[in-house]
This record gives sequence, structure tokens and C-alpha cells, in this order.
Amino acid sequence: MSTTETAAPGVGPVEGTPVYTVENPAPLIEAPRKRTKKTPKSTRGNFELAAWLFMRLSGIVLVVLVIGHLLIQLVLDGGVSKIGFAFVAGRWASPFWQVWDLLMLWLAMLHGANGLRTVINDYAERPNSRLWLKALLYTATVFTILLGTLVIFTFDPNIR
Amino acid sequence: MATPVLDKADAAGQPEPGFADSPYITVTFRVRRFNPEVSAEATWEDFQLEIDPKERVLDGLHKIKWDVDGTLTFRRSCAHGICGSDAMRINGKNRLACKTLIKDINPEKPITIEPIKGLTVLKDLVVDMEPFFQAYRDVMPFLVTKDTNEPTRERLQSAEDRERFDDTTKCILCAACTSSCPVFWNDGQYFGPAAIVNAHRFIFDSRDEAGEQRLEILNDRDGVWRCRTTFNCTDACPRGIEVTKAIQEVKRALITRRY
Ligand code: HEM
Ligand code: SF4
Ligand code: FES
Repeated sequence: MSTTETAAPGVGPVEGTPVYTVENPAPLIEAPRKRTKKTPKSTRGNFELAAWLFMRLSGIVLVVLVIGHLLIQLVLDGGVSKIGFAFVAGRWASPFWQVWDLLMLWLAMLHGANGLRTVINDYAERPNSRLWLKALLYTATVFTILLGTLVIFTFDPNIR
Repeated sequence: MATPVLDKADAAGQPEPGFADSPYITVTFRVRRFNPEVSAEATWEDFQLEIDPKERVLDGLHKIKWDVDGTLTFRRSCAHGICGSDAMRINGKNRLACKTLIKDINPEKPITIEPIKGLTVLKDLVVDMEPFFQAYRDVMPFLVTKDTNEPTRERLQSAEDRERFDDTTKCILCAACTSSCPVFWNDGQYFGPAAIVNAHRFIFDSRDEAGEQRLEILNDRDGVWRCRTTFNCTDACPRGIEVTKAIQEVKRALITRRY
């Protein structure tokens, strides 16, 4: 087992000339999003559980609400051609359809917003892009829900 | 000692009679190479091999490492599908190199071999498994009981109780599932399927008493609720564990515990 090796211990010139040596080691590669001191200790809580359940429960209710809505608006009784100011005014005269539409508005908006929140969490990589995308999403959601609710409750059939 | 007499025609590599047709075929291994000491970029390198298609991808990698290019770096230990060292992305799918026969993955085309995704590549096919094992450790993958005395007898369990978590005991921590998960690819903070599988193994073990604690650990922003049910993990698992089902059972346990 005699040896004629003269190379210094450590990294040998296995692939071309070594760029790094023992004195000048290669930079440490940090794992992406490794648990560091800055990582929050615990992010536990029931919010994600509730959100997960809400997606399924609101989905079930939305099946009824949305299919009913589409049937009434687009299919039954002459289809789209019947829709006009008078048609909307007629339906919103009944508290039943007011509640229907209000429920559909809130559930679809919250369901859609939470769905998009998940999509942002899954696809946006940098914390900053997450922050801004979510800020935009929440602003749009709150705006649409409030405006829609306002219209349903303050709708005036005699506006003309 | 007498020289052993060989019945076979010739020990020096003559094909045996009746085996005149060589079983060997030419296969291209297209390996994703990365050496941070040479270049910051990973590159593809092709290796042409004469190999029996009934051999495994791992045998091909051995052939390269031993006979062609000793710098090729990959992990393997048992070579028989039990240590979980050699999960890699072969033809775009996570598998164990030691359980994948070359004939099963279309050797007519180049076979691509990459490191598993979502973990930092250290060199060639070797990734930093630390974040993976961190998530594993976080779910407390060991028996927890309240009695502090040393047990005086075996902790008995009925066959049905054992059956309840049988599937998840099979995990070999190869990371094929976690590194096939698109949620984990994009956010390494997600516990990942393997950690949930190993939590499941204790949550549903009748002898264990920390199930509640483990459920709480997984009831996290980056816990089970990040699972999008894509089934990549179930497809990837070389042990045939129904990974997505196990995750779903943990979700259900969390919900039924509260409502
Ligand atoms: C018609 C009845 C509906 C049902 C049964 C339903 C069901 C669901 C369920 C269960 C999820 C969760 C998927 C997951 O966690 O992986 C989901 C996601 C989502 N939903 Fe709905 N939903 C319905 C209607 C809607 C409506 C009206 C909108 C838009 C306002 C919407 C927008 C979304 C979005 C953006 C997501 C996230 C996308 C994703 O998870 O990939 N859904 N839906
Ligand atoms: S569950 Fe399967 S794929 Fe995931 S680490 Fe365990 S053995 Fe590997
Ligand atoms: S080398 Fe042990 S699992 Fe493949």
C-alpha cells in the first residue's frame, strides 16, 4: 500500500483546477427558507382549519345558490332576453331573493378570496410579492362585498 | 488449496454457450451535474452505457462512477430499497434508483436523472436533507407515554389496533414524497407529506399518548392544511404508502376532535 500521492489533503483536482482551497473554502449554500432565528416559532392556530372547512361548506351551499341563480337568470322563462331593470327590481322586491343574493355575494366572495389567498401562498415566492398580492386581493374583496351589500339593501326601484 | 475447477466454458469472459446473443443494450444516462466548486450552474451530461436492461438505474450509476467518471456523486447505502438514500428524479418522476429497472423506463430514449426537487443541491445528485429531517423531528416521531416508570412488560396491542397505522410504519424517509409536492417546491416551510406520514404513524397508535400534541403541531399555517390533495406524494412513494390518504386522515382527526 505504498503511495506516491503528493496532493495536499482536502479537495483534490478532480474536475479541472479547484477554485477553493482549505484556506479559501467554498461559500456555504443556505437552504431556501430554512428554519432560522427569524422564522416564527409557532404558526399554529385554528384559522387554517376553519378556512379549509369553510371552503368545503361554502362550496356545497354555492352549488345550490349559483346553479339556482344561473337557471333563473339565463335559462328559465325566456333566458337572458328577459333580464332588464324591471326583472331585477321585481326579484329584489322579495326579501327571499335579497337574502339569496346577499348570501351568494358573501359566500362567493369569501370563498373566491380565500381560494386566491391559497393560490398566492402556493405560487408567490418572495415575501414581498405575497404581501402586495394579498393586500390587493383583500382590498378588492372588501370593496366588492361592501358595495354589493350596499346595493342589495339600498336598491331603489323608483330611481328613474 | 487446489484451484477451483469451473464448469463454465471459460472464466475469462467468453459468453456461455446458449447465451451467444448479448443481453446488453446501449443506454444513455442523462445526468444533471452540479459542482459548486467548478460552476454555479448545473449542466446535463450524457453517459453511454452497455448494460443489461434487467439491471437497475443504480447499477448504471455505479458503472459510471466506478468505470467512467469517479466524480459522479450520489447517495446510496443498502441498494435494496430499504435505507431510503437514493431517491432521485428519474425521467421526471421521483423513484429509488435501486428499485427502478432500466427496462421499465423506456431505455430507447435517454434516461434523465436529476436530484430530488425542493431541497438545496450540494453536488450532483446529493441534496441537503436537513430541512426534510427538521420537519420530521418536529412531529416527535417517537413513542410518548405518560407513565414515567420503566415498563415492566411489553406494551400489548390488538391486531386491529396495529392494523390501524400499519401503512405508515413502512416509511423509509427517502423524501420522494415531500420532494414531489408542488407546495413544498415553492415553500420549504410546509411540513411535507413525509413528516405527516410519520406523525400519522404515532397519532393512530393506541399505545401512544401524545396524539393530541402531534395534531396540534400539524394544525399549523404550514401543517396539514397546506396539502392541496394533488396525490404526487402517493404516486412517488416507493413503499406504496397511501400518503394522501394518511394526510386526509390527520385532517379528519383534527376536525372531528374539534367539532
Ligand atoms: C359551485 C360550487 C363551488 C364548489 C363546490 C366549490 C368548491 C371548492 C373547494 C372545495 C375548494 C378548495 C380546493 C382545495 O382546497 O384544494 C375550492 C377552491 C376555490 N374556489 Fe370554489 N367552489 C365553488 C364555487 C366557487 C366560486 C363561485 C368561486 C369564485 C368566486 C370559486 C373560487 C375558488 C377559488 C379561487 C379556489 C382556489 C383554487 C384552488 O384551490 O385551486 N369557487 N372551491
Ligand atoms: S412516505 Fe414513502 S415517499 Fe415519503 S419518505 Fe416515506 S417512504 Fe419515502
Ligand atoms: S440504496 Fe437504500 S433505498 Fe436505494
